[in-house]
Amino acid sequence: MKQKLVIIGNGMAPGRMLEHLFEKAPEAFEVTIFNAEPRVNYNRLMLSPVLSGEKDYQDIITHDDDWYAGHGVTLYKSARITGINREKKTVTSENGITADYDKLVIATGSNPFIIPIPGHDLDGVLVYRDLDDVDRMLDAAKTGGRAVVIGGGLLGLEAAAGLKMQGMEVTVLHLMPTLMERQLDTAAGYLLEKAFRDLGIDVITRANTHAVLGKDGHVSGVRLDDGMEIDATIVVMAIGIRPSTQLAKEAGLDVNRGILVGDDMRTSDPEVFALGECVEHREQVYGLVAPLYEMAKVLADQLTGGTSAYRGSVTATKLKVTGIDLYSAGEFAEGEDREEIVLRDAAAGIYKRLVLKNNRIIGAVLYGETADGPWFFDLLKKQLDISEMRETLVFGQSYQGGPPLDPMAAVAALPDDAEICGCNGICKSKIVNSITELGLTGVDGVRAHTKASASCGTCTGLVEQLLAFTLGDSYTPSAVQPMCGCTDLGHDEVRHLIRAKALKSIPAVMQELEWTTSCGCAKCRPALNYYLVCDCPDEYADDYQSRFINERVHANIQKDGTYSVVPRMWGGITSSDELRAIADVVDKFDIPTVKVTGGQRIDMLGIAKEDLPAVWADLGKAGFVSGHAYAKGVRTVKTCVGTDWCRFGTQDSTGFGVRIEKFIWGSWTPAKVKMAVSGCPRNCSEATCKDVGVICVDSGYEIHFAGAAGLDIKGTEVLGLVHDENDALEHIVALVQMYREQGHYLERIYKWAKRIGYDEVRNQILRDAEKRRAYFDRFVFSQKFAQIDPWSERVSGKDKHEFNPMATLTLEAAQ
Amino acid sequence: MNVMVDSWVKIGVLSDVPRRGARCVTSGGMTIAVFRTADDRVFALEDRCPHKKGPLSQGIVHDGCVTCPLHNWVISLESGEAQGADDGRTLSFPVRLEDDAILIDFRRVNEAGHSR
Repeated sequence: MKQKLVIIGNGMAPGRMLEHLFEKAPEAFEVTIFNAEPRVNYNRLMLSPVLSGEKDYQDIITHDDDWYAGHGVTLYKSARITGINREKKTVTSENGITADYDKLVIATGSNPFIIPIPGHDLDGVLVYRDLDDVDRMLDAAKTGGRAVVIGGGLLGLEAAAGLKMQGMEVTVLHLMPTLMERQLDTAAGYLLEKAFRDLGIDVITRANTHAVLGKDGHVSGVRLDDGMEIDATIVVMAIGIRPSTQLAKEAGLDVNRGILVGDDMRTSDPEVFALGECVEHREQVYGLVAPLYEMAKVLADQLTGGTSAYRGSVTATKLKVTGIDLYSAGEFAEGEDREEIVLRDAAAGIYKRLVLKNNRIIGAVLYGETADGPWFFDLLKKQLDISEMRETLVFGQSYQGGPPLDPMAAVAALPDDAEICGCNGICKSKIVNSITELGLTGVDGVRAHTKASASCGTCTGLVEQLLAFTLGDSYTPSAVQPMCGCTDLGHDEVRHLIRAKALKSIPAVMQELEWTTSCGCAKCRPALNYYLVCDCPDEYADDYQSRFINERVHANIQKDGTYSVVPRMWGGITSSDELRAIADVVDKFDIPTVKVTGGQRIDMLGIAKEDLPAVWADLGKAGFVSGHAYAKGVRTVKTCVGTDWCRFGTQDSTGFGVRIEKFIWGSWTPAKVKMAVSGCPRNCSEATCKDVGVICVDSGYEIHFAGAAGLDIKGTEVLGLVHDENDALEHIVALVQMYREQGHYLERIYKWAKRIGYDEVRNQILRDAEKRRAYFDRFVFSQKFAQIDPWSERVSGKDKHEFNPMATLTLEAAQ
Repeated sequence: MNVMVDSWVKIGVLSDVPRRGARCVTSGGMTIAVFRTADDRVFALEDRCPHKKGPLSQGIVHDGCVTCPLHNWVISLESGEAQGADDGRTLSFPVRLEDDAILIDFRRVNEAGHSR
């Protein structure tokens, strides 16, 4: 007598399980399947090609009616099981069918998770799980309009690409900063986002959906937390799946996140097995197909009396969107005992990263070229020692065994007319001839004389190799100091390339400029953050986690971890009200030290971090704003009392100092900027050792720059004499902007000006009115985004997490 | 009473800590910095650089390490050990994620707190 095997669910996992079962013991069971869907078994992985129109339903059927008939399987379609009676060993369906079992397999899969926001139940809010969902999306696509896809994971992105191919406008909303963050690191996530934009799909990251908006019961759009509204004719929620466990729970089986099974795929009832996405095994739930197939094999063996065991799976993911090649497997987190191999090819849009531990691959992320994905995954699963082929590993399988590649040999082998610089159409012979005829010794020279690598810069490496090839040992790569250990590029090159390639984020810079680490270091991140803040003030979202603590909490950290606070006193002028407010704050918060600074203001030292917002709130009430005493930015404009009081004053030095400070405060600069205005050549405000200084004279304003009075002592250089205060302001602002655009991070004005030449500054700022005006205008534009008091922002709640502990634990009495 | 099982205490959820950032947990006279890396791993160290006691929670987090805000020592988040040429070690505490909850081994916190 055959045993009765009942299977609840007809997805890919039970399909595969039955194949194994019939192969091993075709006569052992009488099989009955209950399928809630009204159809046979199909390949769910292929839903995306169906949605995009590249395949249709018939193409993706894995088991048709004939197959079930041929194996004597009874398949009930549209028959959702509503109850399991474990005592009587029966299951009963919604439409009244009851079946006995000897062995039961629960394969109920998973349910899409729907965010319970207002409007989630409107007509036109869809999920992406089965063929019915695809049909609904295809129907909606016929009328066109915009689809909003919530969720930038695997499913959401495939849905977005499919809907786009069906002719809809598509916006993807993703809560996290980068797409597919569970499978990809930020570099690959960046490339993916770029590829989606190239497909014409809008991607909004850090997007928290507040509500689905409706009209007459149907979706009309979505609203985000920040108030932004997007019109939509359909909304697809693809934020994740939950194991479908309701049935098992009601039957009294042990259920956690999923239905709990052991290595033998048995639930807490030995006659009942579970399989697939509904399962939780060793605290893991799986949503990808490979682990489900592994489970299916084990279950088939167990059902036929075997002893094989499922021990969990490592998983690999591949995104199925035409034109985008993406592969991710295993773990890609960094760790101390882990090493990484990163290969980037910016021009080809390739990023490959292998994560190694003890000379074995434990993770791989591939973007742009994924042919070697399965090979890496195989090495990963087999845990093979790769030390033998380590040097060439990342290049893939086809490179193994051959002689190691010599980049010089490749360059030498190029024909004379091979194009090196695509932007400017410069070929190899032109560069080589220039090097020999003009005696060039470095990339800068080649750039100046041939224009090769002067535009986008991606051929810089090739040009360097040509220099090495032509000059032999006499070529010493330019003394350019790399920014940090994460790149060979110097600050100048990085700034140049950020502009040439219009890069707008730190991951973009790291990818396009081929950073050798995945997320930079404490040296390059603050620099890149500044360069991007400076170059795209309107578009770039300041990355606070890449800022030094002082700039993150807008106060100066002291040796004991407390902070000091310096409010702005414009031009060093204060009043009794301001002083009283400071005195009150000092008393109220018991501030231990109050000191007058060299920049003509007052420093309160020794304030606990938690007290900062309250201190600022009180200071703010008296009209104070942040003095940016902590910032790589504009600090103070020191003044003397000028014509207001001084019998020698020639101009209103105080008024002008205040005016400059009010114009430029809040601006970020490569390093701190300190200024001063003196009312006469006696120079009581010591303007001639400042970054920028003004000496007022009878005929106008003598502008100085590039002074220093710190690590180095240096008197200023004279920029020139300007007769009118407005003109003087324009010169000063333009000079600061020129420095902002050209300075290396942490390089003070005096070093920058010496590096580029004092005359170059005079040429651009004093002698070229058009350039000056352009600098001035760019500064004014960037101030629109910079001149916001950070203290009052934080008093009103911004970055609250910075100032409060996350938790307080009370110690237990020692025993 | 099963002290072992009870020793994991919830101190917050993952989203409380900014990526590549840290939050503090206070316990008696000790402050513990809880770090979250770019790839959502969490670590806990005493908030005290082995060099001059700088608050590590205020540093820049990168590549499984934090750079101390006072003098740029680089400390491993996993072991608390100073990297490179510097020598020293900060106390580290076991933490783990359970779904979104961050749990800390309170037994170890307690021991460390009392040995102060």
